[in-house]
Amino acid sequence: MKEICEMTAHEIRDMYEKKEITVPEVVKAYIEKIESEDENIKAYITVCKEEAMEKAEKMQARYESNEKLPPLAGVPIAIKDNLCTKGLKTTCASKMLENFIAPYDATVIKKIEEAGAIIIGKTNMDEFAMGGSTENSAFFKTHNPVNLERVPGGSSGGSAAAVAGNMAPIALGSDTGGSIREPASFCGIVGLKPTYGLVSRYGLVAFASSLDQVGPMTRDVRDTAELLNVIAGHDELDSTSANISKKDYTASLVNDVKGIRIGVPKEYFGEGISASVKVAINRAIEKYKDLGAIVEECSLPTTKYALPTYYIIACAEASSNLGRFDGIRYGYRSKNYDTLQDIYKNSRSEGFGEEVKRRIILGTYVLSSGYYDAYYKKAQKVRTVVKQGFDEAFEKYDIILTPTVPTVAFKLGERVNDPLEMYMTDLLTVSINIAGVPAISIPCGKDEEGMPIGMQLIGKHFDEETILRAAHTYEQNKEV
Amino acid sequence: MITREDIKHIADLSMLNLSEDEIVKYTENMKEIVSFANTINEVDTKNATESAFALDTYNVFRKDEVKESFNREILLSNAPSTNGEAFSLPGMMN
Repeated sequence: MKEICEMTAHEIRDMYEKKEITVPEVVKAYIEKIESEDENIKAYITVCKEEAMEKAEKMQARYESNEKLPPLAGVPIAIKDNLCTKGLKTTCASKMLENFIAPYDATVIKKIEEAGAIIIGKTNMDEFAMGGSTENSAFFKTHNPVNLERVPGGSSGGSAAAVAGNMAPIALGSDTGGSIREPASFCGIVGLKPTYGLVSRYGLVAFASSLDQVGPMTRDVRDTAELLNVIAGHDELDSTSANISKKDYTASLVNDVKGIRIGVPKEYFGEGISASVKVAINRAIEKYKDLGAIVEECSLPTTKYALPTYYIIACAEASSNLGRFDGIRYGYRSKNYDTLQDIYKNSRSEGFGEEVKRRIILGTYVLSSGYYDAYYKKAQKVRTVVKQGFDEAFEKYDIILTPTVPTVAFKLGERVNDPLEMYMTDLLTVSINIAGVPAISIPCGKDEEGMPIGMQLIGKHFDEETILRAAHTYEQNKEV
Repeated sequence: MITREDIKHIADLSMLNLSEDEIVKYTENMKEIVSFANTINEVDTKNATESAFALDTYNVFRKDEVKESFNREILLSNAPSTNGEAFSLPGMMN
């Protein structure tokens, strides 16, 4: 039998129902695992031991009273530290918010708590979600549980490492340009970026508001569907939240892809894609063909331009969003000031890390007088063209299949001195955020050194069902 | 071409003080990043309008109802300096 900490959320839930295990036993097992393993992995910034144990006891009492319980009743969950949790620190892995305690819960936090999930901790990330390796955390670096010398990916690296390192069965991350899918790929787990607008952003500390989405990070596709059921839905506190009817995503977990049309864009297999990634993806393509899917090569010609477009738009929005950190209402305030101007400048200069400042500078530059039209306005037009490219492809295909990341997880320190090389990690994921479509990363093999490789399945707007179905089918049929 | 003077100006607009080392580093970084960003000029956008979001956006209306606000004490508890009722700042005028 599997150890408690290796089980999926739905397996844990089934055992609760059958009274084969209790909620305090599960929560305690996870806390102990964190206490023994996290010294090496460093996935968590905050661990809520007492609160989680207390909630576990209360939930157990509800199980014993044979009450009908919500879908995640008693399931431990890890939360990326850019989601506001009332009464619990939300640091964004930044010195700026080191002691910030949110006065309210993010909508997704409310929803998972109403669904009975128990928060066991807040996870490490790149500062303000800016990065692809979690090395930009102001506090410490997270290690990849598969190989401690490698990065876990980022920016939701702590959430990915917690799930892959058996220190949480499920987690929430956020994805602006690949921050759920890339760490999921690097750590060998499942990660979904939902359609823009499907999940409320209220209480997610904003990085780039037109691109940010919260999503599930789990050990299997079923848990992703279950968690999406809980977090998806309209929220009047987020003006970009889509007002569409509620769906049951677990209904998509059908083991069948016969007749599904899959497009494989040739631009996603060009320069920089490692040989081992190509081999694994080609094997997955063959598997889909064997299972009856119709797979064809296709073209998304603007792929190459998505990355520069992304960095212009994301940094422009970040420079504006991060203007709120002024050292007055919350967050870090420099000790060194005489005037109001000193408070602003010194607090921001001392409170933000190197990458955050770099992006604020780039964002301010592309929005500044004389450059606005050439960069920001042009990028907004290219966004339209990228979107049209996906629309055209989706006239012919139900799913677009690509690698998630060009390579497997790299070594800690390998790319920190070259920002542009670090940005290249996002090459295959940013288009999806620009087009606002949903995409899931699922494990599809390992390289010769045992590092996980991820496959990305991209769907039409609000058609999470088809990519979940294809992901589930692959998961059920892949050779272990 | 981005110069160190540009970076100093942009830092000023961003309310950031940069050290000499940072100015040198960010000037170098920005030269590279901006030349990469320039590749978007190869895209033909003659017929494209600007999109601020990936999906269609529309105005969202709701009733103007009075709802419970946040507790002042909790909001002030995150502030670096308060007088118990408000955020406190150095004087701006004499």
